[in-house]
Amino acid sequence: MRGAGEMVIYGVALLAGCTLLGALLGDALGAALGINANVGGVGIAMVLLIAARLWLQRRGLLAEGVRFGITFWGALYIPIVVAMAATQNVAGAVKAGPMVVAVAAGAVAICFAVVRLMGRFGGPVETMDEMEARLRSEAPAPGDDA
Amino acid sequence: MIAELLEAQGLLTAFALVGLVMGLSAVVSRSLTRGRIHGSAIAVLAGLVLAWLGGTLTGGRHGLADIPMLSGVGLMGGAMLRDFGIVATAFEVDVAKARAAGLYGAVALLLGLVLPFLTGVLVALGFGYTDPVSLTTIGAGAITYIVGPVTGAALGASPEVMAIAIAIGVLKAILVMAATPFLAGIMGLDNSRSAMVFGGLMGTTSGVSAGLAATDPRLVPYGALTATFSTGLGCLFGPSLFFLIVRAVFGG
Repeated sequence: MRGAGEMVIYGVALLAGCTLLGALLGDALGAALGINANVGGVGIAMVLLIAARLWLQRRGLLAEGVRFGITFWGALYIPIVVAMAATQNVAGAVKAGPMVVAVAAGAVAICFAVVRLMGRFGGPVETMDEMEARLRSEAPAPGDDA
Repeated sequence: MIAELLEAQGLLTAFALVGLVMGLSAVVSRSLTRGRIHGSAIAVLAGLVLAWLGGTLTGGRHGLADIPMLSGVGLMGGAMLRDFGIVATAFEVDVAKARAAGLYGAVALLLGLVLPFLTGVLVALGFGYTDPVSLTTIGAGAITYIVGPVTGAALGASPEVMAIAIAIGVLKAILVMAATPFLAGIMGLDNSRSAMVFGGLMGTTSGVSAGLAATDPRLVPYGALTATFSTGLGCLFGPSLFFLIVRAVFGG
């Protein structure tokens, strides 16, 4: 059982590598499009991480420690979001004029309504609860590529 | 002396403080709402209230992080760890599900650019703005708080209009954070596809990720997957296509 602990850093490093590479590619994509902004860097990083997971799984290299190094940060996500909420310019937003409030509230309300509308197209989808129940009942063997 | 210590060990202070806030929120969720309102939703709301408090006390623009001994909250909640955390949540993504919802996500992404932009332009018209540069900048601000200033800078908008565009984007993110957990049921936000649609339509990565985290953390990666493209596409279309259309319609 040597190295279960030392495997953790490989997970963290893989996550950091994917995030950095995604940011780099997002910046490059933005530059290629002639705009001074990152285009989809986080999304690209997510795809890279998913690809890395599938690759490691297939070769049986996805050790528990590696997995922990990544899922730990995923679990810290909500606290990070709470800290992010605590650093928003709420005081400034509260003082905003009526036009700012009208545009922001209007845009959010319209988009919320469209989320509901689009949910009606294309038939029912498996909810997260159903998905979790299914995955639990299937219970893939370790190393099995579900 | 304690204040100095807390400032020097900023990130640790932030971990302890956020843990405390989340613990108290869980207690409030259980005892006052009998679990009906998720603890993380209350924690996000508490975070926003603390941000208001920090901003009011210091006059700064970074909420709690403007109080020196709580500056570590800014590091913990900053873009670096936020993106690190979002990417980590992708580890649990069901690839087939994400691929199946891809078209919905793409359509939502486009609607998420056009609808807020139109809202911004029309409201700005109602408030007496008529020049295409101001209209476009205000419309772009309704996409995300980065698209607004990027578009305004590219078009040469006035500082006042830029400030308005940023304020709209920030308020939008805050509204999405605060309102999502309460309206999730009405929106049917309980599956991976609706989360991807939601991410594309809302656009604001911080609003989407906080709103979904407070609703059901399992939805976060699906929403983030689409939302992350919104700011980039908005910066692409705002000063170009959208501006040209606005100028064609309202003269210039």
